[in-house]
Amino acid sequence: MNNQKTYRFQFLCLSVVLLVCFIVNISLGSINIPLNAIFGSFFGTIDTTSNWNVIVINYRLPKAITAIMVGSGLGISGLLMQTLFRNPLAGPFVLGISSGASLGVALIILGSGLFGGLFATALATKWSIVIAASLGSFLVLLAVLAVSNKVRDTMAILIIGLMFGSITAAVVSVLSYFSSAEQLQQYIFWGFGSLSNLSWSELLIFFAIYVVGLLLSISSIKGLNSLLLGDNYAKSLGLNLKQSRLIIILATSLIAGTVTAFAGPIAFIGLAIPHLTRQVFKTTNHKILLPAVFLFGAIVILICDTIAQVPNSDYTLPINAITALVGAPVVIWLLVRQRKMMF
Amino acid sequence: MKTETSQIILKAEQLSIGYKTKKAETVIASNINFELKKGQLIGLVGANGIGKSTLLRTLIKVQPELSGSILLNDKNLKSTSIVELAKQLSIVLTEPLTSKNLSVFELVSLGRHPYTNWIGNLTENDTAIIKKAMTLVNIFELKDKKCYELSDGQLQKVMIARALAQDTAIIVLDEPTSHLDMYHKAYILKLLQKLTKDTGKTILFSSHEIDLAIQLCDTMIVMQKDNVVCNQPCQLITEGIFESLFPKDLIVFDDKTGSFRVTK
Repeated sequence: MNNQKTYRFQFLCLSVVLLVCFIVNISLGSINIPLNAIFGSFFGTIDTTSNWNVIVINYRLPKAITAIMVGSGLGISGLLMQTLFRNPLAGPFVLGISSGASLGVALIILGSGLFGGLFATALATKWSIVIAASLGSFLVLLAVLAVSNKVRDTMAILIIGLMFGSITAAVVSVLSYFSSAEQLQQYIFWGFGSLSNLSWSELLIFFAIYVVGLLLSISSIKGLNSLLLGDNYAKSLGLNLKQSRLIIILATSLIAGTVTAFAGPIAFIGLAIPHLTRQVFKTTNHKILLPAVFLFGAIVILICDTIAQVPNSDYTLPINAITALVGAPVVIWLLVRQRKMMF
Repeated sequence: MKTETSQIILKAEQLSIGYKTKKAETVIASNINFELKKGQLIGLVGANGIGKSTLLRTLIKVQPELSGSILLNDKNLKSTSIVELAKQLSIVLTEPLTSKNLSVFELVSLGRHPYTNWIGNLTENDTAIIKKAMTLVNIFELKDKKCYELSDGQLQKVMIARALAQDTAIIVLDEPTSHLDMYHKAYILKLLQKLTKDTGKTILFSSHEIDLAIQLCDTMIVMQKDNVVCNQPCQLITEGIFESLFPKDLIVFDDKTGSFRVTK
């Protein structure tokens, strides 16, 4: 019976593509590094003090790993939200989760001016930014969920998400009025999104939280599948609605929150990747979709990042601009060409 | 006497249904008593707004009863967990599916959820039950279609197959014949009758097709403003229950043909 397709071929292809993108991403940049030097650094067979080794181990490799976690994480949180909110337009960016994270970060970076100088140095460390972003996204997600329980109309939920975005923008404007030029610059650069500048120890923390979120997502696969029928049907299949909703929300805010905290608000990946995946894997089973979204998200963001590096030049474009340039046309194409966005 | 009681699968005693908010209790219907036997097709009829859906929602534990009790297999519904309930009672609702992107096979296989492991892997036994459910309602050839490609009648059959795959003793359907043409209304109800005979399941459905229900059901529950009656259709006709179901200015019940007709 071919209904229980395992999609082995597709998964194999995507894994190979991911590997190639990973290597290419490390190899290309302001300085191009030959393949043998990359593998040499991986396996410790070249001089550890050589320039190539330093670049690969300290810069390119952490960046590529960050990219994989960011791309797959945003894709998965988008998938979870589209099912939970029964809305094909749901995603970390649209529902205001990124706005929530931005608000948290804005309060930390810009608000430190208001709280006074002593506080400022203590507050504006990388860790406080991470915590603020996660808290911000979690709170917004809880608010959106509370509203979505009361208001059945999904359009209203999207509008509320947009309103959160406006509130964030307003608060940021007010705060920026009181903050110094350096603080403003720090916030704006964070807002561009960046996959680099993560040390190995920061990467470890990112990875730990990401894995927790990922495990929670995997544990929700069965619940997500029954939610496709609607709340009452899911309950009739023995699903504890409250508990699974909370787990899904927790997973999403952990993943989307930390991704936004470490890499800034990255647009469109969370919205577009699940749809792109559904075009290739013609299934609604989350057991297939979740790993597929993981692979697609990682591949797409690695490609975006490679483009953003502008190989053989000293320029680096903001990653956010590239993902929007790739993601927005995908969404438009889906709407125009397929005339439907389903989940 | 003892065999008599073991045949009863669902029982309502002094049941009162409605909505409860913090401030007030809105009673929609009260003093409901009925006993449903195994392997029967039961039709629930009544005028719009009389509380058919509320009664069904109470029976499937979507909303709590105000007072009285519901006994499912001699066990109070209140003390039955939703995990246990999922193996005893399956539902087909009027609400639209959240995702119409599901394929027919995927949708029917969701019915196996109460039995599958944590990640929802289907065993050979599960697949066999899914295939059998699809064959019973004649939708096997649709298995690879997406739900948005189906007609209303086909979708209704698929939803019934999903409930069958859940392998429960009782299936509850809320207005399974709405949105369907005359032929498909009869087709679905006839199918439900056939399923009770073939599988021995108890099927309870609400409907506005009183004529069809009279012809096909083993038992009917008639909801009226002040009382709820449960009996065999021909008994109900003799008792003249259907005459008082609706205001008499437009339609009257003809007890010879067992159907309603418009007054001239």
